[in-house]
Amino acid sequence: MKKNSKVSDAIEGVKRGDLVSVSRALTLAADGQKEADEILRAFFKDLGRAQKIGLCGPPGVGKSSLSSRLISLYRKRNLKVGMLAVDPSSPISGGSFLGDRLRIQEHIGDTGVFIRSIASRGMVGGLSGTIFSQIHVLEAYGCDKILIETVGIGQDEVAIARAADTVVYVTTPQLGDEIQAMKAGVMEIGDLFVVNKADLEGKDKAVSDIRAALGLGQARSLSVQERLHHGGLDAGVLVETKEPRAWEPPVLAASARDGEGLEPLLESLDRHEKYLKETSEGRRRLKNQCREELSLYVSRRLYRDFLSKVSEKDIEDLVDHKMNLVDLASEILK
Amino acid sequence: MVKAGNVQESNLRPHRVLIAKPGLDGHDRGAKVIVRALRDAGFEVIYTGIRQTPEMIANAALQEDVSAVGLSLLSGAHMTLFPEVVRLLKKEGLEDVVVFGGGIIPDEDVAKLKKQGVDQVFGPGTPLSSIVGYLRERLEKK
Repeated sequence: MKKNSKVSDAIEGVKRGDLVSVSRALTLAADGQKEADEILRAFFKDLGRAQKIGLCGPPGVGKSSLSSRLISLYRKRNLKVGMLAVDPSSPISGGSFLGDRLRIQEHIGDTGVFIRSIASRGMVGGLSGTIFSQIHVLEAYGCDKILIETVGIGQDEVAIARAADTVVYVTTPQLGDEIQAMKAGVMEIGDLFVVNKADLEGKDKAVSDIRAALGLGQARSLSVQERLHHGGLDAGVLVETKEPRAWEPPVLAASARDGEGLEPLLESLDRHEKYLKETSEGRRRLKNQCREELSLYVSRRLYRDFLSKVSEKDIEDLVDHKMNLVDLASEILK
Repeated sequence: MVKAGNVQESNLRPHRVLIAKPGLDGHDRGAKVIVRALRDAGFEVIYTGIRQTPEMIANAALQEDVSAVGLSLLSGAHMTLFPEVVRLLKKEGLEDVVVFGGGIIPDEDVAKLKKQGVDQVFGPGTPLSSIVGYLRERLEKK
């Protein structure tokens, strides 16, 4: 009983704008137990309120530093900003070192900014399995912009494209030539490309390499999100649409250190938000987000409710070939 | 160093801990060693970096919803900074957060710090397993 009242206290607190409650609700949402359901039930309705901006890219390109700059600019416009910064959990110990906060230090005491570090807790793809619930909490708190910083990703971690409205792919000069930029995976999901650390040598070459690589497939750029979920060839076929011109991802150079190129970045983010609102792409993305959230929720529940039925004896039976894996699985899922 | 069974138990809901370096002291090797040990013991550890004001630390503890805050200081300002962090945490409504400390803390100061709300102080040479063990036990009890 006591626990339930704790959850409802947190839920009421978030609505009032109480910071301790927001923090508490984010924890309950991440723990994925019964309390998380109550949080989700209370706050799901807030889906779609904020522009969710995903920042992805290799480790060390400056995603956190860039986020810090963006937060400052949004604060100047008096917008409320939430940030979820994901770092990897150890597959060995389950522990995690969350260090994104270290780069974001200038917003202390500003109640218009809420930054939360999140451990991926076994989820692959650059996010954590319960990030959607945490997004809803920040939306309910009234955030206008939610920055989601992924685990520094490799070449094919594209989960962020199913959680964010706008995906910013961050890289730096000298992280590879045009051939790298032509590869499948992360390069396909960026709505904006930022060559950060533009104070270093080689930014122009990096920008033009990415532009060149994107230019090779421009006609298809609208269907990327669609293909992500339907995976079919149909979506890849060029279709005549009555929609305004498809979004062409801008490639920008910026320096989080020197503060260069940030206004154009902000302007592109605004333009993308407008594009989503004015075309069917916005709704398509929200639908994809719902699909993904539902699928994560269901797999979590299946895991919790069904795999807990598996006994040590069942596993022994599998090893001794007394039971077939398919039969056991069907038995559990009954 | 760590029993496998314990790790699995804490895997379910890892404890979140903030490690912070208050004041003007750039020597953070000790803090980083603690961060690493806690990470390897299955904790989710947030590290603030060096030169933090008590306000910054309390703010981070609030937003991260940590169960404990570990303060590391070698500059001698612990009698001012540690109690100030405790005070600000209380002010934010986080009185149940366990505050512990480490660094160059003279013995005669330890008792005084404990009176002012610092739960435990670890000096140089403390085995990492004692710190991990202390924290785990302290947080399971909560």
